[in-house]
Amino acid sequence: MEWETVIGLEIHAQLSTRSKIFSGASTAYGAEPNTQACAVDLGLPGVLPVLNEKAVAMAVKLGLAIDAQITPRSVFARKNYFYPDLPKGYQISQYELPVVGRGHLDIELDDGETRTIGVTRAHLEEDAGKSLHEDFHGMTGIDLNRAGTPLLEIVSEPDMRSSREAVAYMKKMHSLVRYLGICDGNMQEGSFRCDANVSVRRKGTEKFGTRTEIKNLNSFRFLEKAIEFEVERQIDVLEGGGAVVQETRLFDPDKGETRSMRSKEEANDYRYFPDPDLLPLDIDSTFIEQVRASLPELPDEKKQRFMNHYGLSAYDASTLTSSREMADYFEAVVEQAGSGQAKMVANWVMGELSGALNREGREIGDSPVSARALGALLARIQDNTISGKIAKEVFEAMWAGEGDADMVIEAKGLKQITDTGAIEQVIDQVIADNPKQLEQYRSGKDKLFGFFVGQVMKQTGGKANPAQVNELLKKKL
Amino acid sequence: MHEKSIAELAAALKEGEVSSVELTAHYLRRIETLDDALNAYVTVTGEQAMEAARAADEARAQGHAGPLTGVPIAHKDIFCTEGTRTSCGSKMLDNFIAPYDATVVARFKAAGCPILGKTNMDEFAMGSSNETSYYGPVKNPWDTERVPGGSSGGSAAVVAGRLAPGATGTDTGGSIRQPAALNGVTGIKPTYGRVSRWGMIAFASSLDQGGPMARTAEDCALMLNVMAGFDHRDSTSIQRPDEDFTRHMNTPVKGLRIGLPKQFFGEGMDAGVARVVDEAIAHYKGLGAEFVEVDLPHSDLSVAAYYVVAPAECSSNLARFDGVRYGYRCEDPKDLLDLYMRSRGEGFGPEVKRRIMVGTYALSAGYFDAYYLKAQKIRRLIAEDFASAFKEVDVILGPTAPSTAFRLGEKTNDPVTMYLSDIYTIAVNLAGLPALSLPAGFSDGLPVGLQLIGNYFDEARLLGVAHQYQVGTEWCGMAPGGFV
Repeated sequence: MEWETVIGLEIHAQLSTRSKIFSGASTAYGAEPNTQACAVDLGLPGVLPVLNEKAVAMAVKLGLAIDAQITPRSVFARKNYFYPDLPKGYQISQYELPVVGRGHLDIELDDGETRTIGVTRAHLEEDAGKSLHEDFHGMTGIDLNRAGTPLLEIVSEPDMRSSREAVAYMKKMHSLVRYLGICDGNMQEGSFRCDANVSVRRKGTEKFGTRTEIKNLNSFRFLEKAIEFEVERQIDVLEGGGAVVQETRLFDPDKGETRSMRSKEEANDYRYFPDPDLLPLDIDSTFIEQVRASLPELPDEKKQRFMNHYGLSAYDASTLTSSREMADYFEAVVEQAGSGQAKMVANWVMGELSGALNREGREIGDSPVSARALGALLARIQDNTISGKIAKEVFEAMWAGEGDADMVIEAKGLKQITDTGAIEQVIDQVIADNPKQLEQYRSGKDKLFGFFVGQVMKQTGGKANPAQVNELLKKKL
Repeated sequence: MHEKSIAELAAALKEGEVSSVELTAHYLRRIETLDDALNAYVTVTGEQAMEAARAADEARAQGHAGPLTGVPIAHKDIFCTEGTRTSCGSKMLDNFIAPYDATVVARFKAAGCPILGKTNMDEFAMGSSNETSYYGPVKNPWDTERVPGGSSGGSAAVVAGRLAPGATGTDTGGSIRQPAALNGVTGIKPTYGRVSRWGMIAFASSLDQGGPMARTAEDCALMLNVMAGFDHRDSTSIQRPDEDFTRHMNTPVKGLRIGLPKQFFGEGMDAGVARVVDEAIAHYKGLGAEFVEVDLPHSDLSVAAYYVVAPAECSSNLARFDGVRYGYRCEDPKDLLDLYMRSRGEGFGPEVKRRIMVGTYALSAGYFDAYYLKAQKIRRLIAEDFASAFKEVDVILGPTAPSTAFRLGEKTNDPVTMYLSDIYTIAVNLAGLPALSLPAGFSDGLPVGLQLIGNYFDEARLLGVAHQYQVGTEWCGMAPGGFV
C-alpha cells in the first residue's frame, strides 16, 4: 500500500523590532528575568496596548515578498486561555482578518525541481513569557521579558508532500525573513520556530487524513526527524487497522519521537473576539508603497542576477543566495577579485569557506576570514604569487589567526617560484634521479608526465608555478 | 466652604479668600466625621492631599495657578493612583498598590487638585447599587437606609454629602448617571474616546468611559476640561483639538429642539419620576425649547445586548486576576489549577463571577454567533436609531433611572430587576454617545435625575443645556439633612 504524506507548517518568526508589539519595552534577548517587562507586559490592571507600527511594516514586507494580498482592514483579536506566562489571560493575535492574506513561496528541491507552496495567511501576535521549571525547588519561575515580543505567524497550505519539502520550505522562509531584515532567524533563541501539521493518506485519494500537530520545532533537523517519525507512526496505526487521533504532539529530540500532548477533546476553546482595546488596523496603499520601496533584492531575484551577471550555474547561484549574508560576502569578494573571477570566488566561498564554517558551526557573519581578507588571498593566486593549492594552506593559516594572506605567505615562505632557471634546475635534477621513468615516458607512457610534475612540485614544496612547470617539463622531456 | 460649587471654590481660591490647605483640611475633617455614616471612601489619602494642597498654594503664590489649582477632589477607586491602594472595590485588589497613575489621575495632579481619597464602588464597576463592593455598600446621604446607586456610588455620595466638591466616575452602562440621579448630583458620561482609559481598570473596554461628577453642570464642565483629551497610550482615545467645555454655559435654550423618545415614557417608570420629568419638560418649554417625539425602536433590546457584550469583554478583561503576579492569591495552592480556582473563587464576589460566567458562555464556540455577534448587530441598530433621531433634534431628554434610590438589599437577590435600573442609560453606552444626569426634583424626599443625551462630541452643548436649567432651579444647591 502506498501512502502520501501531507504537511502544512505554521512558522512563528519573532520580528526584530527594538520595542515590543504593544509596549515600549525592549525586545533584546538574554536580559535578567523580568527586567524588560513594563506595566503593559506585566498585564497590570488598567494598562492598554498600543500597536507598534514597525511590526506592521515588517508584516507587510513579508506579505509583499511572498506576493500576498495585504488586508486593507485587519483586526486584532483576543485568544483567551490561562497560563502563568500569559499575563493578561489572553494573547492579542489576529483571527478572522489577518494582516497578510494568501501568498506563495517557491522552493527548490535537491534534484533542482521547483515547487510552489501556498501561504494561507500571516498574522501579527504577541509572544508569551517563559516558564522556568529549573532552579526553583519544585516551583515555577516566570520570566516575562519575552511577553509582548512581536511574532509573525506564517501559515502554509497543506502543500508539502515530504519532510524534505517541509525542510526546504522552512529554510526558504528562514532565508527570506533574514533577507527582509524582519527576523534574526536565531533558532536556538526561539526567534524562528514552527508547528507542523502532518497527516497521511492513501495515494490517489483526495480527502486528507486526520492530522496531528507537532508543536515548537526549533531546528530544521528536528522538523525533518519529527515528520519522519510521525509519518511512520501514523502509517503503522492505519495499517494496523487503527485510526489517527487528532491531537497536539511534542517532539522529543533525545528519543527522536513524538508523543501526545493533548487531544482535540482537551483542546482549549480560545473564545476569540475582536480586542476592544485596539482599533481595526487600516493599511492604505501609500503605506504599502512605502514598504515596497524599502524591500531589498529578494533571494529569487538575486539568484537570477548571479546567474546572468556572474555566469554562475543555477546550483551555485542558489547556494550563494541561500542567505543574504553569504550573498553579500560573495559579492564583496567578487568586487575585489573582479567579476571575471566570479566562478573561482564561488568555489572558494562554497568550498573552503563553507567547509571551515561548517566544521566549527559558525555563521558567515563571524567568519575569522573576512571577505576583504579572502579577496586579498585570491588576488595572490591571480598575480601568480601562489598557486591555488598553496592558497588553501594560506587560507587555513588565516583561519587560524596567523595574519593576512601576505603575512602568511611571507612567514611561511610560500611565494611561488616563477624563476625559470630555478625551476629548470629542479626539473633537471628530477629527470636525472628517475631514469627508468624517463625511459618509459619516452617510449610512449604519456601518463608518467603527471609523475614528473608531482616530483617537481614535491621538490619545490608545491611552490613552483604549475603552468611553468608543465611548459618546461614538456620541453625537457 | 463645603456649600460652594467648584466654580465658586475656584473663585475663592483665586481671590485669596481661602487657601487650598484650609479647604483640603476642611474636607478631610468632614470626611473623618461624616463618612462613617456613608462608607463612601475606601481610602482617604489625607497626608498626600495636604502635601498637594501646600504645593497648590505655593504654585498660586508663584503665579502658576490654573483654573482648578487647589480644589480637592476624589477619585473612584477604579483609577490607578501611584503608591496608593487601587482596589476596584474587590478583595482581589485589596492588596494592590498601583505603581503608576491613570491618565485621569495624572491630569488632575497636573492641574493642582489634591486627592482626598478613593471612593467606594461596586466590585469592578459591576452593579447598580454599590452593594457588590468588598468594602460594604455605600449609603445614600439622602436616606442611609437606601442605596446610592452604582457603580460610581461612592463618588456620587461624596459629592452629595459634601465630602468632596467633585469626584471622578466611570460609566459602562449608566454607572455615572444612575448614581448621580439617585444622589441628586450632576454627572456626565462623555463620548466614548474623550477621556483616556489608561489606568482605568477595565470592565467592558468598548463601553467604559470616565467622567466627572459634581454638584452642577458647570462644575462638570470645569472638571471635563481637565480630564478630556487625546492620550497616545489609549488606542481608542480620539484625537481632536482641545475645547473648552464651559463655552456653552450661557447659550440660551430658546429654539433648542429636544427629542423625547417614546420608548422612555412607557411602563416601568415610577409615577414620582414621571412627574419630575414632566415638570422639567415644562421648565424647558418655558425657556423656549421645542419638544419633538423621537423613535428609538431598538431600545428595548439594549439591556439584553448589553448583558452579552459587557460580560463577554469582562470575562476576558478580568482573566489577568489570576493570583500569579499581583492581587489576591489563595493560601497554599496545591497546583496551578488550584491556584487559579481558589484565587479567583475567593477573590471575586458573586456578581463578578456571574458576569464572568455569562461572558465566557457567550464567547464559547457554538454560541459566539448567536450571542456576541447578534449583540454587536443590535448595537449597530441602536446607534443608527440615535443617528436618525439626531437628524431631527439637538438633544434627547428622558429619565435617568426608572425609580429613586431603593432600599439596601431590596434587589440584591434578583439580578435582572437590578439590571433594569439601567434601562434608560445603557443604550447610550452601546452607541458611544455623551449623556448626563442632572438633579431635577424629588419624589418622596428622594432625588430624581433627568437625563440629557447628546450627539457625538456635543458635551459642551449638553452641559450648557443642563446649566441653563440649573440657573433657574434650586435642585442642585440642595444638600441632604445631616450633610448641610
